[in-house]
Amino acid sequence: MKTKTMKPEQVVSAGKKSGDLLLSIKDLRVWFELRRFGFGHAGYVRAVDGVTFDLRQGEAIAIVGESGCGKSSLMKTILGINTPTEGTLVFEGKDISDYNREHLQWYRSQVGYVQQDPFGSLPPFMSIQRILEEPLIIHGEKNAAERLRRVRKVMEEVKLTPQEEFLPKFPHQISGGQQQRVVIARAMILEPKLIVADEPVSMLDASVRVEILKLLRGLQETHNLAVIYITHDLSTVRYFSERIFVMYAGKLVEKAPMDRLLKQPRHPYTQALLAATSDPDANNASHYKDVPPGEPPSLVNPPKACRFHPRCPQFMDGLCNVQDPPEFVPEPDYYTLCWLYDPNLDATLTAIKR
Amino acid sequence: MENNLLLKVEDLKLYFRTTKGPVQAVDDVDFILPKHQAVVFIGESGCGKTSFAKAILRLLPRNVGEYSGRVYMHGADTMLMDDEEFRHKIRWVKMSMVPQAAMNSLNPVLKVGDQVAEPVIIHQDLSKAQALEKAKEMFKRVGVPVDFLNRYAFELSGGMRQRVAIAMALITEPDLVVLDEPTSALDLLTQANIMNLLKRIKKETDASFILITHDIATSSELADRVIVMYAGQIVEDGDAHRFFENPLHPYSKKLMASVPRLRETVEPEFIIGQPPSLIDPPKGCRFAARCPYRFEKCKQDPPLFNIKERLVKCWLYEPGKEQIPA
Repeated sequence: MKTKTMKPEQVVSAGKKSGDLLLSIKDLRVWFELRRFGFGHAGYVRAVDGVTFDLRQGEAIAIVGESGCGKSSLMKTILGINTPTEGTLVFEGKDISDYNREHLQWYRSQVGYVQQDPFGSLPPFMSIQRILEEPLIIHGEKNAAERLRRVRKVMEEVKLTPQEEFLPKFPHQISGGQQQRVVIARAMILEPKLIVADEPVSMLDASVRVEILKLLRGLQETHNLAVIYITHDLSTVRYFSERIFVMYAGKLVEKAPMDRLLKQPRHPYTQALLAATSDPDANNASHYKDVPPGEPPSLVNPPKACRFHPRCPQFMDGLCNVQDPPEFVPEPDYYTLCWLYDPNLDATLTAIKR
Repeated sequence: MENNLLLKVEDLKLYFRTTKGPVQAVDDVDFILPKHQAVVFIGESGCGKTSFAKAILRLLPRNVGEYSGRVYMHGADTMLMDDEEFRHKIRWVKMSMVPQAAMNSLNPVLKVGDQVAEPVIIHQDLSKAQALEKAKEMFKRVGVPVDFLNRYAFELSGGMRQRVAIAMALITEPDLVVLDEPTSALDLLTQANIMNLLKRIKKETDASFILITHDIATSSELADRVIVMYAGQIVEDGDAHRFFENPLHPYSKKLMASVPRLRETVEPEFIIGQPPSLIDPPKGCRFAARCPYRFEKCKQDPPLFNIKERLVKCWLYEPGKEQIPA
């Protein structure tokens, strides 16, 4: 159906440091088939198109990208909700990309999910106690007293105290910040090794936002949790992650350690993202922002070769729109999908001119 | 100064009826807006900033309990007008609004061109052809391709829909445009593009802008002046440059400290506790329970003190008192 055209560089996993390998994703593709009138094939939405990365135990990474770049599809695949079209997903040495039932049940107890909209993700007809007990019931904890003990413990950890006060309450009776704590508690209760947090603070007020991020950070450190933090807000990743992956139109265009990426972004898309993020400063009002126009492309028919080329300020005709950039490594542990960092750029350019 | 005055609001109150009692969403707000100024209202959700905008535009829900005060537009009190007069003379003629989640507020069964043209057909008695011509001009100004006039809202991306909503608010050439969270549902690059557009429009027109947002970093993109709201009241009002450099009110200070910075390494802080219920707000200063500087006097309601052209509702700034540490 599809041909794999993979450059060897693409298989190189990002980051090889101490800490056991927890999750390893290789050349993951998630394509959704579009049908015409319910049966005729009408193409694919290439939501995730060749994503490769490794995640170590206890490591926090951030996936940054705009809406429609495929970050939610990637996340849902990591959670075992979508099945990958191609590629492998290895968790603690077990390949779970085949997603058989038995594997999935175990895998889902290992991976916690913190949703974006706390109120929308909590069932309105269940009390906090019931919400937090639910995962334990599903995963076979039959002893009610033991369940309650674990619920109390996790509530203590997310600082939903005093527990007695919150246990009988329903989601609408507590504030947004507290709802998000319940969501985090629910993700934590099975003592997972990995937490996937999808924009966990974007629905919250600025003052609560920091509180929730600090809570997540604290949990990550005390439990040595791996966290995948998905966001569009670059200004919060600084406080959270060791590495940043920048996603654009289904691909990870840049994978780099947080401080280096923020200091010296390489990919023109990352540069644009950083330029678009403002810090509160009244001088902002007096000048225009230098951001590329346009919108992210449709994933049904993405631009050929480099997918950012129609918007890129440093577009090189004949190269960027013709050949897919492989992963270049301008410095150790820094991976970028951009022809500008081809060490033999001059040679490549003369080659295409011929 | 008098000639330069566009909008003057005095003692504006907007209470909503609920089963538990009246919610004091906007409580005794005084506010003066000169011509050609962009004011940003910031505050947490539920602090009354959107209610304030709805109150001056008189876009009220059905459960209004009390709605009183004086709103002078060009010196005429709009509160004395009946609804029909207000609709004819003020709304969309003198002031218009880009509503929250404007991208979803477009009519799905009308072409966007017709929607943008509608205000001038109604308020300026233009023929449909003239109005569409004007809509075309507006589309060019806000950066929407002209052939989009014949499209429906669902065929447009979020950023384009937002531009259409802005075009609809500008087409009658109002003196005041209220923007309620104009970028909060958009992507980062689109957000920056929309802010660039708003800056350009601000330069090109004489209109004043009220920008309502909880995103403090983005608010600094447009602000000439910043107003901080807390629990239905204005707690600080002043020049943007001075505000972003050194906010005065303890709540403003905390709010600014909670903003994560991209280019600085300061750790953000959070504000302990929650805003008070607006059904039964505390007597005296409403921020007192969460305030690190509170003292005896905070049991009384502080007035707005004028500190070198900046207004701040806090007893710490009572004349003759020592200033709090920055």
